[in-house]
Amino acid sequence: MIAPVIGVLFDGFAYGMLLFLLSVGLSVTLGMMNFVNLAHCAFAMLGGYVTVTLMGTGWPFFATLPVAFLAAAATSVLFERTLYRRLYRASELEQVLLTIGLAFISVAVAAYVFGTIQQAVQTPPYLRGSINFMGVNFAVYRLFLVGTALVITLVLVLALEYTRFGAQVRAAVDNQRMARGLGINVDAAFAITFALGSGLAGLGGALAIEIVGLDPSFAFAYLVYVLIVVSVGGLGSITGSFIAATLLGISDIAGKYYIPEVGAFLIYLVMIGLLIWRPAGLFGRR
Amino acid sequence: MATAAAAVAGPHQYLQAQTRWRTIEVAFWFATLFPFVLFPNYLSLASQIAITALFALSLDLILGYAGIVSLGHAAFFGLGAYAAGLFSKFVWGEPLSGLVVAAVVAAVVGYAASFIIARFRHLTLIMITLGMGFLLLEAANSASWLTGGADGLQGVRIGRLFGYFDFDLYGYTAYGYSLAVLFLVFLLARRLIHSPFGLALRGIRENPVRMPAIGAASRAHIRKIYTISAALAGIAGGLLAQTTETVSLGSLDFQRSADVVVMLVLGGAGRLYGGIVGAIIFMVARDQFSGINPQYWYFPIGALLVAVVMFLPGGILGGLARIFASWRGRSS
Repeated sequence: MIAPVIGVLFDGFAYGMLLFLLSVGLSVTLGMMNFVNLAHCAFAMLGGYVTVTLMGTGWPFFATLPVAFLAAAATSVLFERTLYRRLYRASELEQVLLTIGLAFISVAVAAYVFGTIQQAVQTPPYLRGSINFMGVNFAVYRLFLVGTALVITLVLVLALEYTRFGAQVRAAVDNQRMARGLGINVDAAFAITFALGSGLAGLGGALAIEIVGLDPSFAFAYLVYVLIVVSVGGLGSITGSFIAATLLGISDIAGKYYIPEVGAFLIYLVMIGLLIWRPAGLFGRR
Repeated sequence: MATAAAAVAGPHQYLQAQTRWRTIEVAFWFATLFPFVLFPNYLSLASQIAITALFALSLDLILGYAGIVSLGHAAFFGLGAYAAGLFSKFVWGEPLSGLVVAAVVAAVVGYAASFIIARFRHLTLIMITLGMGFLLLEAANSASWLTGGADGLQGVRIGRLFGYFDFDLYGYTAYGYSLAVLFLVFLLARRLIHSPFGLALRGIRENPVRMPAIGAASRAHIRKIYTISAALAGIAGGLLAQTTETVSLGSLDFQRSADVVVMLVLGGAGRLYGGIVGAIIFMVARDQFSGINPQYWYFPIGALLVAVVMFLPGGILGGLARIFASWRGRSS
């Protein structure tokens, strides 16, 4: 009786961890610069395609993950230096337009290079199958996903809390002008955070293929979920993103499982309600 | 009216100078009649363009003039489309009353939503408009007993316009009808924008903090224009439902919301003709390239967006206006 419920909860949690990986970077960069980057999921998609391509040439799955991270991070820095940088002080409309434009381009390029078919990856044998524990089946890959996400969360929280760079980032998120006034190089901190965040998205994109597949529409299909996580969790808050992603993942999976006729309706309703109640998100400070 | 304007020189004269019809405007509206004669095979496309231009105009009122970024404006377009479609299916097929129903339904929902919209800005506002768009899409998808779900609304039958003009296969009536509605709405929008209310909206766009400080009722203004914009988007949706005699979920989806923003920005947001020019270019280009894979179509759209933001703020009309101004400055 209770076993299926735990199974659904676990699947939802794993899905939530995936959403967390995809969105945490956007949350921190949005909190720092207020730059609305709707091309964030395009970087995630890039990571996914890097993994698919490398595995096509015989690389092992695990070796492709760091490359996916680096490729997404490097590409994002390129765009940050050439295009984004010029719009930090522009209106949000211009930021939205530029980044939607980039996301559109990424969809077309992905369709041109890889075709519109769903891509699949062959995960190593030890990540397949499932473990039966107390009558509940836990898919090994989802366990791996949860473990990875928890480790990354821990590293992020510790780095943000206990390193000099983390302190600079926190200062910049809290009050950008004051941080500048204190001599913190906010632009450099932002560039590094942006690269890290996009890299994590790229990693998330690579890890997502096994769960949700990969096709050129990825850049938009998950953008909405990522934005929900970011806005509900609160800008610049890792804890907020983590909790929002968990809630969203579980409610999405549980909703689809138990009340499929309502579908995604409930999620949007809850999001709008939450934002009306707390416009800055659950853990946002502004 | 004229004596009052003369007595109070300044703002009233400025507003009156703005409202004068220019030759190029008159020429443009005459040119919209050309498709009847020159491209009779493309009248259904022309009708689609007129409808899309109306939709873009409705977005321009909130995005271009009041500075409210909405990524879910298709919600009202779809509401109008479904309202008009269902009205003709279950009540009667007379088109004009159906259009009124579409406008009223969209306006009521828009008015309710405007109380939320007026309170927020920046990312929260974008997320709420986006969420409302998806909410309606999912609702229409779930309520397939009413809307037909993914199959679209079937059984829409539209009667003759004024009891005389039949909606024919070639689209003579469809284009004439859409164009007439577009022109009437345009007149309304033009009047609105050149009124003190329109000026107040531009003030809100330029500085949302200072406007309440000088005593302008910012939120009431935003609520008003948002309701009007929703009603106009509903009319556009109703027109599409009536001229195509079907309603699909596509009238509500994110793609439509994004497309209309692209058109408006391409043409020039905050300009009365921006949405219309953008819609013409966008729709004609899409028709010309309809043979290619729709995913590739994103490339020129994306590149155009990047180019407009980076090099051509103000869109095509903004660029033309600057060229014209510099040319004028040189000649005088």
